[in-house]
Amino acid sequence: MSFFKVEGLGIRFGGVVAVDNVSFEVQRGEVFTIIGPNGAGKTTIFNLIGLLYPASSGRILYEDRELAGLAPHRVAELGIARTFQNIELFEHATVLQNLLIGRHRHRSTSLWQELVFAPAVRRAEVAHREAVEKVIDFLELAKVRDTLVVGLPYGIRKVVELGRALATDPKLLLLDEPSSGLNPEETDDMAFWIEDIKKHLGITVLMVEHDMNLVSRVSDRVLALNMGAAIAEGTPAEVQAHPKVIEAYLGAPV
Amino acid sequence: MRFLFKTGYEQDVRLFQHSGQVVSYGLLALLLFSAPWWAGDYVMSQLHFICIYAIVGFGLMMLVGFTGQISLGHAAFLAVGAYTEALMQAAGVPFVISIACSALFAGIAGIIVGLPALRLKGIYLAISTLAFNVIVEEIITRWESLTGGNSGKHLKPVELFGIKLDTDADFYYLCLALTVLCGLACVNLLRSPTGRAFVAIRDSEISASCLGVHLARYKTMSFAFSAALTGVGGALYAHKLAFISPEQFSLLVSIELVTIVILGGIGFLHGAVLGSVFLIVLPQLIAIAKDFLPSGQVPTGLQAVVFGLILILFIIFEPLGLYGRWLKVRTWFQLFPFYRKGMFRRQKSYMKSERLR
Repeated sequence: MSFFKVEGLGIRFGGVVAVDNVSFEVQRGEVFTIIGPNGAGKTTIFNLIGLLYPASSGRILYEDRELAGLAPHRVAELGIARTFQNIELFEHATVLQNLLIGRHRHRSTSLWQELVFAPAVRRAEVAHREAVEKVIDFLELAKVRDTLVVGLPYGIRKVVELGRALATDPKLLLLDEPSSGLNPEETDDMAFWIEDIKKHLGITVLMVEHDMNLVSRVSDRVLALNMGAAIAEGTPAEVQAHPKVIEAYLGAPV
Repeated sequence: MRFLFKTGYEQDVRLFQHSGQVVSYGLLALLLFSAPWWAGDYVMSQLHFICIYAIVGFGLMMLVGFTGQISLGHAAFLAVGAYTEALMQAAGVPFVISIACSALFAGIAGIIVGLPALRLKGIYLAISTLAFNVIVEEIITRWESLTGGNSGKHLKPVELFGIKLDTDADFYYLCLALTVLCGLACVNLLRSPTGRAFVAIRDSEISASCLGVHLARYKTMSFAFSAALTGVGGALYAHKLAFISPEQFSLLVSIELVTIVILGGIGFLHGAVLGSVFLIVLPQLIAIAKDFLPSGQVPTGLQAVVFGLILILFIIFEPLGLYGRWLKVRTWFQLFPFYRKGMFRRQKSYMKSERLR
């Protein structure tokens, strides 16, 4: 049984082939990174996995289950969480509330119980907070716990978004450029967290990233894309040395 | 300045965060409960309206302020609630059941309006709800066999478990009790997963969906809940006026209701109450002003002009509404002398992910 597998995935927007026949497989417990120049189709692959776009061709298999055809919200319920390249937080809510929304797939109470705030809801709320507090401890977010996101600096928002994805208690975590917009120190923290997420939380990570230092530090395997097509796959070192990858980034030697 | 030391997760979900709130809400409760002793007939009557508008305000606030969906057709739900109550009372149905039915039928109407909301956004949603308002008003006018058309419907005073609530004080307690219950229902919802899902939809549909929020279900739910509260308000409204006819549920009323939430402060339940107080008090202020007008009376349309002007001024200068203004004043005192002018200024948003729909 494979954990997560993409077979012949493709999507076209009119005449533009954004993703063309891409296949890869992510093993349970590894960090798998997708790299590629701008416009290579990396984020589009994430959006296809999240079922935000319907794929034109190919299959996405998660624990041997076909994702296509499910409603987008079902993806999270199956245990796949994601972050966004440009941060999509709930800005007029506190950090704690943001993380609590991450617990949505673990809700256990009905609307009627909630209207009267029945004891079951109270117990569930306390349990949700306990779970969220672990994430807050893990990512050192305690001091901004009750701050509105709208007043937070970019670097912290990035961490909050990671926290919100972790609060869903996922099996597969999709990180869309976790280090974009972060300074070297923050990027360093992010690398530590990604390693810890893999080692201590046992969550499989599928990541899109540009920062090759970060990529070679945390990734087990790397897939390089160019113009929507896969050009190389292997360990970070192998992929970095691959002639087609060098060509895609730097151009062909004359 | 008060510091809250949290020692348990229970504290986060508590109704009152600290003893100060217990004292202030206790005093407010005492003041409201004793109203029949200190208020005259006229003030009592205004208090009825404030309670009714507050209930409707709660409903609209849940939809506009917390789910981020606009509705310019809430007078239609008010009408559904009012006519349900009028017809059921005429048929001899006990009040407890008829008001539940008012909420239920208005809620069902809310689901019907909520369905286009799944596909429409912003101005388009506003137009479709506006159209719904016109349709309902027209149906009520034309369906004479049921609603009596333009000749309207009369209502008798509420009879609760065989006791006639025919004095101002009795009806006031009924309104007050229902306002508190509805407010409590909103607070409860907002501190549980459903309320948070509403907020998630308001702030970012795409990430709400990626966290497992079923957008269609929760939007419909929000519409239904909002409409149900408005239905309860409508039932009380019908009893308050004792006579209802189609023109009481026109588009202008819908706009008045939206004014409540905007003036009160979008995104604060307190705002719904403050907004309805303002809505009721303003005509009195205008009436007082007539003594200073050259003609000695209020010209027709002056109220609408003043209303529109105030709405525009609020949107430009105080988008957080009356409750936002109160928050600023409170913060000023709490932080004295360290309050800064820009503390509540909205920060420029960072670039959002590309909109996918």
